[in-house]
Amino acid sequence: MEFSAKKLILDPLYQNNPITLQILGICSALAVTTKLETVMVMALAVTLVTGLSNLAVSWLRNFMPAAIRIIVMMSVIASLVIVADQFMRAYAFEVSKQLSVYVGLIITNCIVMGRAEAFAIKNPPWPSFLDGIGNGAGYSLILILVGVVRELLGSGKLFGLTILPLASEGGWYVPNGMMLLAPSAFFLIGGIIWAMKTIYPNMR
Amino acid sequence: MRADSVKRTLTITVLLCFACSLLVATSVVLLRPRQEANKSLDLQKNILQAAGLFTSQHRERDIDGLFSRVEERIVDLATGEMVSGEQVNWQEKVVLNPADDLAKIRERGRYQKIYLVRGEASTDDNGTVEKIILPVYGKGLWSTLYGMVAMAPDGETILGLTFYQHGETPGLGGEVDNPNWKKQWVGKKMDLAKGVSLVKGGVNLAAPGAIHQVDALSGATITSRGVENLINYWLGANGYGKLLAAWEKNHGI
Repeated sequence: MEFSAKKLILDPLYQNNPITLQILGICSALAVTTKLETVMVMALAVTLVTGLSNLAVSWLRNFMPAAIRIIVMMSVIASLVIVADQFMRAYAFEVSKQLSVYVGLIITNCIVMGRAEAFAIKNPPWPSFLDGIGNGAGYSLILILVGVVRELLGSGKLFGLTILPLASEGGWYVPNGMMLLAPSAFFLIGGIIWAMKTIYPNMR
Repeated sequence: MRADSVKRTLTITVLLCFACSLLVATSVVLLRPRQEANKSLDLQKNILQAAGLFTSQHRERDIDGLFSRVEERIVDLATGEMVSGEQVNWQEKVVLNPADDLAKIRERGRYQKIYLVRGEASTDDNGTVEKIILPVYGKGLWSTLYGMVAMAPDGETILGLTFYQHGETPGLGGEVDNPNWKKQWVGKKMDLAKGVSLVKGGVNLAAPGAIHQVDALSGATITSRGVENLINYWLGANGYGKLLAAWEKNHGI
């Protein structure tokens, strides 16, 4: 099968986006999108973990006994997430405190396992790695979109910098409190899914 | 099933586990020094923030300099007296009577480190103590909240409450970190009978009891109760109560 690197990375951004079209990985999208700072770190972590786990699973694909396939994938993913968490605690301490348990929950993020099972187990290492990066990027894109809306409308800031001065601090903007609560992320993701299915009606 | 298929499965399992363990263990061990340094700097920052010395204007590199105003002391919670490091057995725990265990921590150490913050003008032993920072902790909804209360020299006025570690729900219980909520604690006092209470729906600032009250966190009943309980425990008789009483009586440390 011919693989185009460009297709592997760009497809998951729009046409085959893991969140909006495969409907995977929504849970953590809710929790970490109240601030763009946490979004960026989470996005980076998920992208790297998905890419590397796809790479590892692909390397092992010819040696993996069928009976323990899922557990092997789990072990690889779990180890990578623990390592990612350790790096975050060493080099991005403040953000890791804010992300707290959600970094560990990357292990349960369906995207990582989903891509390993759907792609990496049957394909060579380099395309698998690119597929992982692409899907991670697709996830990141949605997270950034949701994060921009939630942080801007929920606290008047982007990356912690005030864009809309809050009324409580002498400005005019009364923040939309619901944007800081989890259901708002559901609504936003639902809206994005609706928009994407309208633009790409032929995608599954 | 072919015999070597089982053997092969087991071999691969063992190799995989070994490889994963090696990866995880190596990263943990190599990164630990940096993580410990981060934690210690973070603790210092938390103490400084609880004292109101580290503001948004400051940077990480300022922490060392600012911390020169802080003196660590050890208090024996059984007597309320300050003791020196050599006398302390850090392993000594006190198991709490369930009726007294407001913060649901079940046991606590007999000794606690507290931090005296001295005035800027003089940093030698004659510098007057402006605040005492008292570490507190207790059960919230999902996690134990770890924080510090800053007390004024009169031993009864709260100057601030900062939680430096917790796992409460972001946006709900997690609002304990919201500066606007934290501001309310400044100037509050413990009521002799009831301590401090977190009031649902907001405090009526005009009412006389308001000095003992702080707004509860909206949508976070259990976290709010947890905060109320842990403050009342630690500032009460079974926590730092004896220390605070002595301080109040002596008009200082």
